[in-house]
Amino acid sequence: MRENTERLRPPRFLWVPFELGRPFGAPDEREFQARVLRAALALLERQGPPPILDDFPDNAPGDGPADMTGWSCPISFPAPEATDQPALPARILDEISSLTPWQALARERRGRTGLGAAKMGIEDSARFLHALWAAGGSTDNPSPTLSLGQTFRGASEDMKTFYMEAATARPGRVTSRELADWFWGETAAGELLLALHPACLESVDAGVRRVALGQLVPRAQLHRLNKG
Amino acid sequence: MVNLGDLSRASARHLLDKDCPPFETAPFVAGPPLRQRRVAIVTTAGLHRRDDNNFNLSDLSYRVIPGDVRLSDLVMTQASVNFDRSGFQQDVNVVFPLDRLREMDGAGEIGRIANFHYAFNGAGQLPTAFEATGREVGRMLKEDGVNAALLVPV
Repeated sequence: MRENTERLRPPRFLWVPFELGRPFGAPDEREFQARVLRAALALLERQGPPPILDDFPDNAPGDGPADMTGWSCPISFPAPEATDQPALPARILDEISSLTPWQALARERRGRTGLGAAKMGIEDSARFLHALWAAGGSTDNPSPTLSLGQTFRGASEDMKTFYMEAATARPGRVTSRELADWFWGETAAGELLLALHPACLESVDAGVRRVALGQLVPRAQLHRLNKG
Repeated sequence: MVNLGDLSRASARHLLDKDCPPFETAPFVAGPPLRQRRVAIVTTAGLHRRDDNNFNLSDLSYRVIPGDVRLSDLVMTQASVNFDRSGFQQDVNVVFPLDRLREMDGAGEIGRIANFHYAFNGAGQLPTAFEATGREVGRMLKEDGVNAALLVPV
């Protein structure tokens, strides 16, 4: 934020008005990203005096509440409050099954995936997370290399990544807010992660408690924890 | 980064309350034109190659990202969940603009791209705690002949 940078007083700084997590503006906006990069590197040719604090003049393409796109996920899931639904693990595995072709498409189009933090497959991550929740925040750790807290952290991040990659597989603009509201408000995976928050705050494992406290649910989605 | 007014009151307060001690001195050097500079990226986004160790909460270490890395090899294990990841999931360049830098290199707008870039996990620690590793990375940048470091928060 500009306010923090003004306190730090670095020699040169380009402030950008973009959402946290997107310092070069927006994905797949090559020309816009290049403009931001050129503006930052141009500061190196300025002769001072320090601090040089410049403002990038433009908002990112598609930024802001007015740019909500009416986006919808390519796959429809039953509403969380619907009756006669399978148990939560089955619903999550169904979601994963439905989303797998879309996640594969995203992977093919982009030539990459961000999955891998948990060092296990996405279905195994889902099963581990459900077992962790069912056992009140402490269960067998399937990873030989990660601590239980690290596995919890990696599995929860991989779940979010898998769903987001699948949801953005189709070309077209979608805001981060629309994606977050969909994941946390409309999917069984989001429901499980929200349920893990209170359960894991009571865990006997300090690493699990730490992840639940600050690394599981984004601040902007914490209001969902109070819905009962 | 980010307009304060775009954040919830709680998020804005959380960020404003960060300890941001001002630099005690104001080092400032001019240098050669950009087209003669060797450029490295230093990111706090918790990026690393897939086979590297994940970052942990309160992690002062860094990861080395080779200049010729394939962006498809990069994953993010930053500790904070309070920033958008969906942009990165679609396009690494929105966080780590190596393709854009390569394009500038190809067009002769910069001198060269560094042999190595560096990534930190910019969460869970006060800025002063990074001094030792910061100096270490600074030495390595110097050894690499870097005279333009692009520091990118997330």
